[in-house]
Amino acid sequence: MTAGPSDFGSVTCLTIVAESVLEERLLSVIESCGARGWTVSMAQGHGPSHHGVSGIEGGNVRVETLVTEEVAARIWGALEKDFFPHYAVSAWAYDVRVARMARYS
Amino acid sequence: MDLQASLELALVNLTSPPVLAFVLGLVAVALRTDLRLPDAVYQATSMYLLLAIGIKGGVALREASPGDIAWPLVATLVLGVTIPVAAFALLRVLTPLGRIDRGAMAAHYGSTSLVTFTAAIVFLEASSIAFEGYVATLLTVLEIPGIVVGLLLARGLRGGGMGETLREVVFGRSVLLLVGGLAIGFLTGPVGYVRVEPFFGDLFTGVLTLFLLELGMLTGRQLSALRQAGPGLVVFAIVFPLLAGFAGVLGGTLAGMEVGGAMILGVLCASASYIAAPAAVRLALPEAKPSITLASSLGMTFPFNLIVGIPVYLLMAEAVGSW
Repeated sequence: MTAGPSDFGSVTCLTIVAESVLEERLLSVIESCGARGWTVSMAQGHGPSHHGVSGIEGGNVRVETLVTEEVAARIWGALEKDFFPHYAVSAWAYDVRVARMARYS
Repeated sequence: MDLQASLELALVNLTSPPVLAFVLGLVAVALRTDLRLPDAVYQATSMYLLLAIGIKGGVALREASPGDIAWPLVATLVLGVTIPVAAFALLRVLTPLGRIDRGAMAAHYGSTSLVTFTAAIVFLEASSIAFEGYVATLLTVLEIPGIVVGLLLARGLRGGGMGETLREVVFGRSVLLLVGGLAIGFLTGPVGYVRVEPFFGDLFTGVLTLFLLELGMLTGRQLSALRQAGPGLVVFAIVFPLLAGFAGVLGGTLAGMEVGGAMILGVLCASASYIAAPAAVRLALPEAKPSITLASSLGMTFPFNLIVGIPVYLLMAEAVGSW
């Protein structure tokens, strides 16, 4: 028998790494799609397009958010429409099990 | 000024610690050294420079009468609107760039460079040449119109999406720290300034040196993009600052500024932004290619102004002032 919180559940962990100038715009999109929280950290790295201004503006941001499948789909849609065509953005998603599932749904 | 004195001026500039640190940054990139200023330190030094410039300008602003500063302000606004238009037009002649990229370039060249301005001030102080202390106000005024005009040229009036960009420019940290610093300096006056002088005055050139080391590395990383730039862009990046610098010197002199002040206005007009403008342009004109604008503004114009331009604009100001 495993000990721990009883309200474990599955959500999608969506991670987006983008030019740091986009931080504010990304967060407002994520929020309007229904995300209730996120973690932002600075990131450095190298990508295939390397056409951003991040070297000047302080690197990249890494935004992680735990959301339901529907919210994740809405965020994907927004990324595909407004971010992927023009900006240096990497995004990936995977399923995770979280404690206190009610916080995310 | 005779040739020998001019060469001495150029040497004072070339051997100043900030300029030498910039060269060290270039060398570090050429040698592929694993050197970089941590992002947090870079952000902090840029905040320090903006706030220090603002506070010192605010203290000086308190001592200036509205009559002293009115004409220089008008000249700065006129230059802030005409320079991006001139850049947009000249790029059309010199380069095959499309409208969006020319607008992005116009936004960069219409706005101004804090670090070039700061290096010019350090140069004037080292050469004991007087200038009006309120020039930091002109720097603040010149930050914004160029970016707005450049974006309008690229997008047209119906482009939309200007709201977020204007917010980015007007409430971005550059303008906020400069305006906030001006207010702090103005309110606290010389008496209050004495208490922060050891930090914002005595350490200033040292912090600028550290910042220029990082900018040298950033510039070095842009140099690889120069090969794609084409000869027209190279000509523009060198010739346009001279033209805009002359316009600034002329405007400053006509507005009644001293030789040092007119030279600073020349430097402000000649320099291109690489902090406020890239972020604003990236958000408003995602199709524009930052590799082109940064190769030009940071890769060519900035080192040109830093190493050659600063003494040249002083010579221009002396020549125009003696007419």
